[in-house]
Amino acid sequence: MDIELLEIRQFMGQFPPFDGLSDELLDVIAERVEVSYFKTGSDILVLNDILNELCFIRSGAVEVYRRQGELYNRLGEGDIFGHFSLLRNHKVRFPAQAIEDTLIYFIPNDVFQRLCEEDDDFADFVELERPRLETVAEQQKKSNDMMVTRIRKLVTRYPVMVEASTTLQQVANQISEAQASAAIVIKECSGNPRYSFQDSEGQKWRMEGIFTDSDFRTRVVAEGLSPQAAIGDVASSHLITIQSDASVYEAMLTMLRNNVHHLPVIYRQRPVGVVHLSDIIRYETHSGLYLVSNIFNQSSAQGLARLAPDVRAAFVRMVQEGANSQMVGSALSTIGRSFTRRLLELAEAELGPPPVPYCFMVNGSMARNEQSIVTDQDNALVLSDDFVPKEHDDYFYALAKFVSDGLDACGYTYCKGDIMATNTQWRQPLSVWKDYFEDWISNPTPKKLLQSSIFFDLDSIYGEDHFVETLQDLVAKRAAESPLFLAAMARNALNRTPPLGFFRTFVMEKDGKHNNSINLKRRGTAPMVDLIRIHALACGSKAQNTFQRLNDISQTQLLATGVSDKLSYAFEFLCMSRIRHQMIDIQEERVPDNNIEPENVEDSERHTLKDAFQVLSNAQKFLKFRYPMPAQRPRQ
Amino acid sequence: MLGIRPRQRVTQSDWANYMAQRGQQAKDDAIKRFFSTPLPASDTPISDVPMVALDMETTGLDEDRHAIVSIGVVPFTLDRIKLAERRYWVVNPTRPLAEASIAFHHITHSEVAEAPDLDIVLDELLEMLAGHLVVVHFRNIERPFLDTAIKARRGEGVMFPMIDTMSLEARLHRQTLWARFRRWLGRPPVSIRLNASRERYGLPNYQGHHALIDALATAELLQAQIANHYRPDTPLKDLWC
Repeated sequence: MDIELLEIRQFMGQFPPFDGLSDELLDVIAERVEVSYFKTGSDILVLNDILNELCFIRSGAVEVYRRQGELYNRLGEGDIFGHFSLLRNHKVRFPAQAIEDTLIYFIPNDVFQRLCEEDDDFADFVELERPRLETVAEQQKKSNDMMVTRIRKLVTRYPVMVEASTTLQQVANQISEAQASAAIVIKECSGNPRYSFQDSEGQKWRMEGIFTDSDFRTRVVAEGLSPQAAIGDVASSHLITIQSDASVYEAMLTMLRNNVHHLPVIYRQRPVGVVHLSDIIRYETHSGLYLVSNIFNQSSAQGLARLAPDVRAAFVRMVQEGANSQMVGSALSTIGRSFTRRLLELAEAELGPPPVPYCFMVNGSMARNEQSIVTDQDNALVLSDDFVPKEHDDYFYALAKFVSDGLDACGYTYCKGDIMATNTQWRQPLSVWKDYFEDWISNPTPKKLLQSSIFFDLDSIYGEDHFVETLQDLVAKRAAESPLFLAAMARNALNRTPPLGFFRTFVMEKDGKHNNSINLKRRGTAPMVDLIRIHALACGSKAQNTFQRLNDISQTQLLATGVSDKLSYAFEFLCMSRIRHQMIDIQEERVPDNNIEPENVEDSERHTLKDAFQVLSNAQKFLKFRYPMPAQRPRQ
Repeated sequence: MLGIRPRQRVTQSDWANYMAQRGQQAKDDAIKRFFSTPLPASDTPISDVPMVALDMETTGLDEDRHAIVSIGVVPFTLDRIKLAERRYWVVNPTRPLAEASIAFHHITHSEVAEAPDLDIVLDELLEMLAGHLVVVHFRNIERPFLDTAIKARRGEGVMFPMIDTMSLEARLHRQTLWARFRRWLGRPPVSIRLNASRERYGLPNYQGHHALIDALATAELLQAQIANHYRPDTPLKDLWC
């Protein structure tokens, strides 16, 4: 290497994708660059010209346009352009113009091709949109063990299985001998009922339940039962199991959601083992599990509020350990749901049992299992149709207020749009809720839907689950057959658009204007959630989680091949970016928010974010085209 | 530019004739080849002129007492600076290297001690310059130093037209009515040194005082000057001197 080219080499080596190159390859580039100066306003690349070089901006600024003249990107020092053409037919597809006096280093095509061949990261970087997002998303996935490790890895021995007729004493002995902490209760059966399996001798059995150490305390000793009683009469028939190929993480969530500590592991319908909470904790010491069990141990709303700092600590730990957005989202949602459930239990303990059955419904991010650390509460009460306002509403108002105040104290601030069960409008019997949804779907106006779209992410959290399931079914059925509704939703989904990207320390808008920061929720994740929800409604999906919705969508012909993957990578990246910046806020003792400031965005993150914005922008364009306003509006 | 004596004025109105004549008279082969390679005609548009940026580092400012230490050469056109075709030589100045200029040029004693005499690289250098228009920043270093050094080694000197980016800057900032008005007001003159000039065109600040990097910087400056104040079809005669 000639020392005199250090100047060029060192400068280029600061910027991606050159920063990851070996010294040898950097030398090759510095040796071969050609240089040219472009005055403000002059053309650097002209549409359809033949291009045989990669362009690197040494100083100045450049605007890149689409064929139709629409601004595609604004680039500054250290950015590259022209690679799309080099990877295709060498014809300029995106013309470029200097918007400041600019010095360009041109890297000859043969050097560019060599870089692509010899350095995979370089090749990934210059590939268009999807591969880069995909790589980043894949890396995040790989880096987390919990997501890929299957639960069967934690199973070390066969479960203790006892026939339903076995006495409690015999079961206790068998569990002790096996040094286990639970036994699966089985019974001979015929046919193919749920949880049935065949043993090696062809005998058919059915899993009746599970009996654990703590059951001996709560169900036997505390109840004063005889050790000679048959276990089948005592064991809980409430059985929660997990498939052996599920991830450790899924097992953890199953335990959290159902508040159980033992899970029978099933392989081809046969129980092959039992995992205990402590097995998972041993495997993954830092987790939200302690926090959740702590939530359920609190006996007052004040006690719950004291756990708020723990939520942040758990969040930071998860992000640091490389959790992806789905893990963070569902862990935070599980924690939020646990708070809500515990508050409801405490409310019922204080107010007495409910006068009529009810279901506590959550909406928005908690319903989608995508909660972030910056969140407000969105909830509602769906009451039994036996509800008589005069007699019962005082109770439910008090219940709603107890929960809502408690959540606020725990850091889930009151909803600014008043989407809370304390609002009479959102504390109604099931039949009224059905009418609400029916009205939103058959007489949609963009204005009406602006307020109500949050209800199209809905999930039950406590009480009569089937009330909310009824509403989910109604939505799934009616939305898909209502083009007017989908069109109105689509129109609203276009209200919030992503920016174009970043330029130096600014956020670049599509019209070329600059901003100092960007709200990544408003300009990224939320519009993404909106548009995916519409496709999901259109295909009759009942999924609430955005990734699950994308899965359902990809089973249909709604989107072109590969588009739902692209959306999923882009969404994952946007979420992770938001999560990372919130973690930085917490670590630097600032109040976490949804804003990111360009100066805190690393170079590689900038490029990937820009790709993600582009995917979102394209998807929004398609939305307008896919769900047009029907020509005739039905009479209201 | 303190400490520089006024030079002999080179006022060649007809470079082509001068070059041809020297080509016939020259005794040294390399010098003969250099002068016999025709330069573009004086009315050639600058966009068609093959150029070469030249920069030298010297042990001082007086060609009779000081010597050349390094030479950087970068061929270019108005469109492209061809860094791949660059050449850079460190040469032994035969005169002692002052400590001050060591720091200045980033060239060490041992590097210089191992370097060849200019005579060894002279043929190669002249071949790179032949047929190209030489571009320098401040011709009163490169031209007299090269002339004196070659005369000492080959018995005859070289003189040839150059484009001087500093004098182009001077025309803009020192010789205008506005510049005279500023001077009259007692304002300091606008700096026309390499880096200060480059800054006015938004060109990056390179680590100066390396002959090759300065040659590159000079080539970039000329591209910027033409783009901002001239036109691609400006004839060569309006620019050279």
